[in-house]
Amino acid sequence: MKYKAVVMGASAGGIGAISAILSSLRKDFLIPMIIVQHISNRSDNYITEYFNKLCNITVKEADDKEEIRPGFVYLAPPNYHLLIEKSFTFSLSTEEKVNYARPSIDVLFETAADAYREKLIGVILTGANSDGSKGMKRIRDYGGITIAQDPSTAEFATMPVATIKSGKVDYILSVKEIGEFLNSISVGGNYIEK
Amino acid sequence: MVVSVINDKQVNSIENEDIELQLLIEAIYLRYGYDFRKYSRAHIKRRVMHRLEISGFKNLSEMQYEIIYNNKFFYDILPDFSINVTEMFRDPLFYLKIREEVVPILKTYPFIKIWHAGCSSGEEVYSMAILLKEEGLYDNAQIYATDFNDQILRKAKEGIYPIANIKEYTSNYQKAGGNSSFSDYYISKYDSVIMEPSLRKNIVFADHNLVTDGVFGEMNLIVCRNVLIYFTRELQDRAIKLFLDSLCPGGLLALGLKESVRLSKLSHYFEGIAERERIYKKRLI
Repeated sequence: MKYKAVVMGASAGGIGAISAILSSLRKDFLIPMIIVQHISNRSDNYITEYFNKLCNITVKEADDKEEIRPGFVYLAPPNYHLLIEKSFTFSLSTEEKVNYARPSIDVLFETAADAYREKLIGVILTGANSDGSKGMKRIRDYGGITIAQDPSTAEFATMPVATIKSGKVDYILSVKEIGEFLNSISVGGNYIEK
Repeated sequence: MVVSVINDKQVNSIENEDIELQLLIEAIYLRYGYDFRKYSRAHIKRRVMHRLEISGFKNLSEMQYEIIYNNKFFYDILPDFSINVTEMFRDPLFYLKIREEVVPILKTYPFIKIWHAGCSSGEEVYSMAILLKEEGLYDNAQIYATDFNDQILRKAKEGIYPIANIKEYTSNYQKAGGNSSFSDYYISKYDSVIMEPSLRKNIVFADHNLVTDGVFGEMNLIVCRNVLIYFTRELQDRAIKLFLDSLCPGGLLALGLKESVRLSKLSHYFEGIAERERIYKKRLI
């Protein structure tokens, strides 16, 4: 399979956009997906459970040092940055907020780009700030594919607009088209029978 | 449709940068004895690259030269390597659980020894001191607060914090089951607060490095929160072994919200007192 991971970032309005994409994923979607949804500190895991119910593949909160595996969607836990190691495992951090956010999309995307290089797809969805622009730039610089949600379809256009403005976006798509794109990339690879 | 082009130069430059990073970490170890080789590499890279950006060196190798030959520079940047983001009564539900599950156990000992490993600037140590006072355990307790960073230890010893955080700390204190008034425990001065000196009476602040140092005493409770996440699995196992060896039988270990003994090789030595809050007990046999 050419692409080894999908990283996705969303802020305000993200629950709706992510739900639409997750509910459209095929049950044999084999590329690991890692998501940062800006979320308040005191959240319990109801969002994880909510996404897990509507998605055909397992959605779980990322654990420190956990191996990133196909057939899973991983969510960054509230109040921790989520980093990806070159060994394709997660590391958590309680460092200062980046772009006023923890988890920060830039932190995930930048470390993902370092680990996966050109085998990475980065997706920026709705949001009211510009977290993720630097990360998308790095993904594109290393040869990965970058997708922004079409601002005219986003609940909050600021985040996708900021990343499009930086000139580092390959595709501008609606959430429906994003789902279709991801499914089409996943098909035609070598399946691992569980 | 746009085609992404992999630039050979860029791929090579990623790898070369990683070589430089590895050499820099090695240089720090050889020169100063601080071992960051088994820290989360993604984390160290971010800290080092940020320092590179603000320091004005052209590349990591130039900065490495400065690190080797300029002591002062190194000790100025050493704090980069620890994460010192903390707060009083951080994760209030954790402290609530300590009151519910741990305090009754501690009350069975005539004297208790508590180790805060990786105490940073001390907020969580003073939080525990306050909790012990309110539960009537403080006078029979000796607290050891350790960190590898002397500068941050000094801050912890001073117990002076910005007043801007007080509102949040007060809220945390209340949610953590505080049965008095948080303002009883500090004195306001200009734009800072100074923790009550009586809180410091039974606390010893000392230098200790979880990567290189060993057991220094037998503990009833070890608190190490949001430190292990910065280590590789291998180093986490080393630290957990150190904690195991430092605990009396039936002693307790409390980790951070997203940390666990359960992935470690030593998991079976621990029984869960409150798995969700990451509080474990060293099995008795």
